[in-house]
Amino acid sequence: MARVNWLRRHVRPEQLRELSLLALIVVAVMFFGSMIEGYYSFRTFNRIASSVAIIGVVAVGQTLVVLTRNIDLSVGSIAGFTAFFVGTLIANHNGVNPLLAVAISIAIGGALGVVNGVLVAWGRVPAVVVTLGTLAIYRGVLVDLSGAKTVTTDSLPQWLVDLPRLNIAPVGDLDVRPLFVVAVVIVILFQFGMGYLSFARRFYAIGSNPEAAQLIGLPLKRVVFIAFVVSGALAGLAGFMTLARFGNITVEAGRGLELNVVAAVVVGGVNIFGGSGRVTGAMLGAIMIGTLEQSLFRLGVSEFWRDALLGLLILLAVASDAVILKRLNRIWARTELKRIDSLAERAP
Amino acid sequence: MNSLRRWETLLFVLLLAVVSLNATESRYYLGVGNFINLFQLSIEKSIVALMMAFVIIGAEIDLSVASVMGLAACVMAYTFQQGAPLPLAILLALAAGVLAGLNNAFWIAYVGLPSLAVTLAGLIGYRGLARILVEDRAIGGFPLWFNALGQQGLIGPLTLSIMIFVILFVFFAVLLHASAFGRLVYVVGSNVEAARYSGVRVARVKTALFAGSACVSALAGVLYAARLGSVRGDMAEGFELDVITTVLLGGVSIFGGKGNMVGVGLSLLLILNLRNGMGLADITGNTQNYVIGGLLILSVLVPNIYQDIQNKWKGRER
Repeated sequence: MARVNWLRRHVRPEQLRELSLLALIVVAVMFFGSMIEGYYSFRTFNRIASSVAIIGVVAVGQTLVVLTRNIDLSVGSIAGFTAFFVGTLIANHNGVNPLLAVAISIAIGGALGVVNGVLVAWGRVPAVVVTLGTLAIYRGVLVDLSGAKTVTTDSLPQWLVDLPRLNIAPVGDLDVRPLFVVAVVIVILFQFGMGYLSFARRFYAIGSNPEAAQLIGLPLKRVVFIAFVVSGALAGLAGFMTLARFGNITVEAGRGLELNVVAAVVVGGVNIFGGSGRVTGAMLGAIMIGTLEQSLFRLGVSEFWRDALLGLLILLAVASDAVILKRLNRIWARTELKRIDSLAERAP
Repeated sequence: MNSLRRWETLLFVLLLAVVSLNATESRYYLGVGNFINLFQLSIEKSIVALMMAFVIIGAEIDLSVASVMGLAACVMAYTFQQGAPLPLAILLALAAGVLAGLNNAFWIAYVGLPSLAVTLAGLIGYRGLARILVEDRAIGGFPLWFNALGQQGLIGPLTLSIMIFVILFVFFAVLLHASAFGRLVYVVGSNVEAARYSGVRVARVKTALFAGSACVSALAGVLYAARLGSVRGDMAEGFELDVITTVLLGGVSIFGGKGNMVGVGLSLLLILNLRNGMGLADITGNTQNYVIGGLLILSVLVPNIYQDIQNKWKGRER
């Protein structure tokens, strides 16, 4: 019993949730490894990593939005919009400084996020309505402005074409690719930021109980607004990453990304009711989805199984949050109360 | 109640404006052929919107409608291709729709999950099932009578889908405004806790909402297949946007408990005429799509701003 109590004090239910997801990923990888010849290779790793990188970066922003009890369905359109326009810009001016190109991507994404944020925070329009609308609007504006042109790889400068295959730190045969590194750095930054910055804790406070947060004077609207801007900016960055990864960009780029991202966030244990969830969880969710996406079609079964499995996974994740985690949390809280009670009794 | 009446008046005025603008802009607009065409071109969405109004008045949302349409059509096409007679295939398609709806309802009404998450999973998952059945082929070659039902007039120029729409509209209007079930939907939508404490079987009402929504969507999917004459895995993709827009523009509150069928009907006519007018004016389908997206946001934003202004005036009077 003592050991169980020790466990309860040091491991939170949310961490158990992430651990079980990690176990699920390991099981999935072992399953694919036993079914697919030559699955355990660096090529597989690289393929999964570059898919995870894009989903993961957007999922970090989505986590912030979902924490505040909102949802951002426009990220796919924002990423496509940014990829296309920055791609066109670089294709026309090959001398653009790489860092400037990244900054422009983030700025375009952020600006589109500002529109979402203003409408949700100050327009008091529900996030589903706003982002379902801007999902159509951003994509529609992109299609109209593009004039049916595409960005092609051979119009891009060499540094951008080489970027996704660049090997930053060769460890044996393992290539460490820049896109994946960017995603990992962003996840680490936000993980620590969301954990330790007092400003970041407001996202949790507002998501757990908006009325209470308002009563203690938290700037509810501003925090929701910032969540949407960050989500947009990271979607913009993901747009740049999409451009680097594929080179050929049509107006269809990033379509459907929002489904993968919301799936990653929800599977990663970010509560859709807001107020709980961690950036690392969302990243694990992205890894799970990236693994499924890149492995299923090599399995020889129809790649069309992916979406059906994804739907099932989301359902199970949300259900386990609602049923199992709630119960675990209650048990945890009860033992904690008992401990405090017994301490109080012992005190003179 | 007053503000509700004002919203419908506003819709009516807008509709009149669009109609008269269209009539002056194009001489093809005011013909029976064009009006039938205008209805026919998005009749499936209109049918789904009727049931979506119930779901949103009940303070829920169903994002999976378009995927259920696709799933039903693919189930029909697949079983037909495997040798089942078409009427049986249609029945199986409707059954698949009801099952999908019951699946949604189980998680929402009995496990207590948010409908946004469950139907988002449905949006992805049902589409996936449809794709598994049909993969990237297009299945066609249905009997002639089936295609004729979808494409040609049954009584005069009225097609089967238009007649189904009219019948469903009347049926749903009566169901929502003059039946006990309709009142239950409003009660559950405006205050689910109060409903529960007054002995309303909330779970059953929600089950009816989601099963009904999916059943109607499945029917719409079959009608859509009949109109197109062939079935693909990605058919009806993205329709949920138009359907939800129509309902919200009709004055149904996304927070539930408010809205009526007159508003939904007016908003249907408004959107259809707007799209038709834009089409006659050579505006592409893509532009039409984002105009509709803008309408979706405005239909919630404008009442909010209106309320803000009203509150300010009240403050001044005091």
